[in-house]
Amino acid sequence: MTRRLAALALLAAVPLAVLGVFFVLPVSGMLAQGLWVDGHVDLRGVLEVLARPRVHRVVWFTVWSAAAGTLCALLLGLPAAYTLYRLSFPGARLLRAAMLVPFVLPTVVVGVAFRQLLGRGGPLGPLGLDGTPVAIIAALAFFNVAVVVRAVGTAWESLDPRPAEAAAALGATPAQVLWTVTLPALRPALVAAASVVFLFCATAFGVVLTLGGLRYATVETEIYLLTTNLLDLQAAAVLSLVQLGVVVGLLLVGQRLRSVPDPTQHRVVARPRRPRRGDVPALVATGLLLVLVGAPLLTLVTGSLHREGAWGLGNYTALGRPDAAGTTATGALVTSLRTAVDATWMALACGLLVAAVATRRSRSRTERRVRSTLDGLFMLPLGVSAVTLGFGFLITLDHPPLDLRESPLLVPVAQALVALPLVVRTLTPVLGGIDDRQRQAAASLGASPWRVLVTVDLPVLWKPLLAAAGFALAVSLGEFGATSFLVREDRPTLPVAIYRLLGHPGTTNYGTALAASVLLAGTTVVVMLAVERLRVPSVGAM
Amino acid sequence: MTAWPARRPRPGPHRTALLGCAVLSVALAGCSLLGEDGSPDASGGTDTVVLVTHDSFALPQQLLREFESQTGDRLRVLASGDAGALTNKLVLTRDDPVGDVAFGVDNTFASRALDAGVFATAAVDLPPGAAAYALPDGTDRLVPVDTGDVCVNIDTGWFADRDLAPPATLDDLVRPAYRDLLVTPGASTSSPGLAFLLSTIAEYGDRWPDYWAELMDNGAALTAGWSDAYYVDFTQGGQDGTRPIVVSYDSSPAFTVGDDGRSTTRALLDTCFRQVEYAGVLAGAANPEAARDLVQFLLSPQVQAALPESMYVFPVRSGVDLPASWARFAPRPTAPYTLDPADISAHRDEWLTTWTEVTTR
Repeated sequence: MTRRLAALALLAAVPLAVLGVFFVLPVSGMLAQGLWVDGHVDLRGVLEVLARPRVHRVVWFTVWSAAAGTLCALLLGLPAAYTLYRLSFPGARLLRAAMLVPFVLPTVVVGVAFRQLLGRGGPLGPLGLDGTPVAIIAALAFFNVAVVVRAVGTAWESLDPRPAEAAAALGATPAQVLWTVTLPALRPALVAAASVVFLFCATAFGVVLTLGGLRYATVETEIYLLTTNLLDLQAAAVLSLVQLGVVVGLLLVGQRLRSVPDPTQHRVVARPRRPRRGDVPALVATGLLLVLVGAPLLTLVTGSLHREGAWGLGNYTALGRPDAAGTTATGALVTSLRTAVDATWMALACGLLVAAVATRRSRSRTERRVRSTLDGLFMLPLGVSAVTLGFGFLITLDHPPLDLRESPLLVPVAQALVALPLVVRTLTPVLGGIDDRQRQAAASLGASPWRVLVTVDLPVLWKPLLAAAGFALAVSLGEFGATSFLVREDRPTLPVAIYRLLGHPGTTNYGTALAASVLLAGTTVVVMLAVERLRVPSVGAM
Repeated sequence: MTAWPARRPRPGPHRTALLGCAVLSVALAGCSLLGEDGSPDASGGTDTVVLVTHDSFALPQQLLREFESQTGDRLRVLASGDAGALTNKLVLTRDDPVGDVAFGVDNTFASRALDAGVFATAAVDLPPGAAAYALPDGTDRLVPVDTGDVCVNIDTGWFADRDLAPPATLDDLVRPAYRDLLVTPGASTSSPGLAFLLSTIAEYGDRWPDYWAELMDNGAALTAGWSDAYYVDFTQGGQDGTRPIVVSYDSSPAFTVGDDGRSTTRALLDTCFRQVEYAGVLAGAANPEAARDLVQFLLSPQVQAALPESMYVFPVRSGVDLPASWARFAPRPTAPYTLDPADISAHRDEWLTTWTEVTTR
């Protein structure tokens, strides 16, 4: 028993150390700056901040807008997950890759694209949605629907089709099958996707700032304002604590809902089949989603093809032209890709360890509790503002041996922290679903631990691992918040370069920024397609 | 265990996959940033001077190399966030600064940085003309490097088409004739937005909240950032904007020159608030000598001449040639609004809170 716990601690040591240095230390450093006044915790001050009516408003708006955004993303994403992962039709793979585009677009750009659609002069202007919570929620759903489609889709893809077929053979209607067989089986993936999406929504920054104007503030935008503008670190720290509290509460609820009696993964994968008449509702819903996701993207693309009052590729040729400082958008893309590679391997290495530790079958209650706490711990980085993390890096990682604040790896590390929860959430349901008896059987037949890993774990893990890598790459390519708050050599990533271009006067700069956004989106699709292609051999092996 | 697969998975493809994985990892490792050493080179014998600045900092590489060859120091530029984030980071790291020189603290944040003791005194010679932009106190620590005014801009064609006399002053903006025509970035989220608020405070004193209430009643639109106001809502932003009055910069008209060689927009020079960006040597700098040289270099004629094209701001040095379109279309206000930086620092919190209440009522 103790040996098992020791082994557990050893495996968990690396990811825990990473989390400790790059998350707990900086964040507690910032919290201490705000809460620790003259050698003691200033409780009066904390209560005073909590009593502010503005704080109540901000917290309430954050919770309900994030909940609404999550619900919309789920409702829109479910039919698409089915269509794109269970049905086979030409272009399905391309669509799967394209679905991730919104997820990586810099929020500033999407905010502007949405405002062009919804603003007084835009095509949807008459709806009067500009500056309303509806616009914010639509944008939140737009960003996060990809998470639902991908996470639920991969689970759906590897779902054993026979129980559903049996139910249908026994006379259940398609709706009954969906409600009583399919959805319960998908529950772990659904809850996992929903909790991640909720966290992303609740900590959304740029898009709320752009679309909410100033009328609607969330905890995240408020922390930004308090930290970077007003230097009211006390209020910022209190809000950070509130944010952390909400996240922890959410994780506990999620944990409850996610546990299912028999999560055993079956290794029968249904072949995607041609669409039938019964699939029409799902196809229609997916089409609708594509239109909703496509509209803001279309405004981006048309905008990027428009330069100085004429149509053309001028904005794209400008991408390779260095600006006054010698930065080109294409150069920034290279920086982005290199950073993304680093962020991805970091997130995957850590995520795999965490998932492995969290899912091995526990022999005691304590052990189980330790494992699930560990699993939840790595979700926390999603619940902390990028500003807090960025400032925390600066004030805590400044002494040897942790004099890291100027390290070029700091940006990928911060991005990996953001991607880590997605990686863990993608891997744990799958690893948890492997019946331990398979490993035992393999071992008793004389397989070495390595061979057990290759023949039992890897075949099941392979696809989700690639999906997770895709997520991590996408997160890193589009990450803006943490990147912009970290001190770094003056070599911008593409989202930072886009933000810079948007900040300069001159419509040619604006057009170039749009073209750079399209370039970023295009790159993402290409990377995602490559990732999708990589998994073909393992599918064929089944 | 009914679902146990009928066939055992063949190991072959996995091995291929593993091999592919290994090859891919090696290939990707080449892309990693790991090999790059960001830390200063200790062996070369040259000193490194580190410039801490905001995201908008940009100067031609060739100029930066020139500085290195002139002084023999290696120059590193660390950029992040906006002017506010920069100032607050400097304040938080004042005991152990990230670099030697900071550039980009503006007149709305200068007092906070000075009060916190972020900057050390440095004997920098001000170039001709720069004294006009110097801080009331603290010139021994922070020197002005560039300047620009935030002014209300108008779409001249829009008003000409409608035979409507364009507005000229802050007072005009609340007149019913200009209802629903103004868009401004918010004061709490954007630096030009704050500058516009400050110009109204400079004009109306304690009565500024009444002015803003009238402005909002007259249909003013607020956006989070400048780019959003200018590109989405302004009629000359190149998109389908519907508002012909926008809060922007005095240099903006130089970027809306049409085919006929005339600018389609104009800055209202009686509505401007002056912004100045400063540079200074950080207290506790590892390399104060080189740091002083760098600040002096930022004031040199070549850097000052490069400012408009690289950072879209005016030089503080007089006698520097401006780009032709700037000289022609971006006249500067002669008597812009100003406020004492110490005042701004003392009241920022209170002003922004009141402003938020008035505008989101």
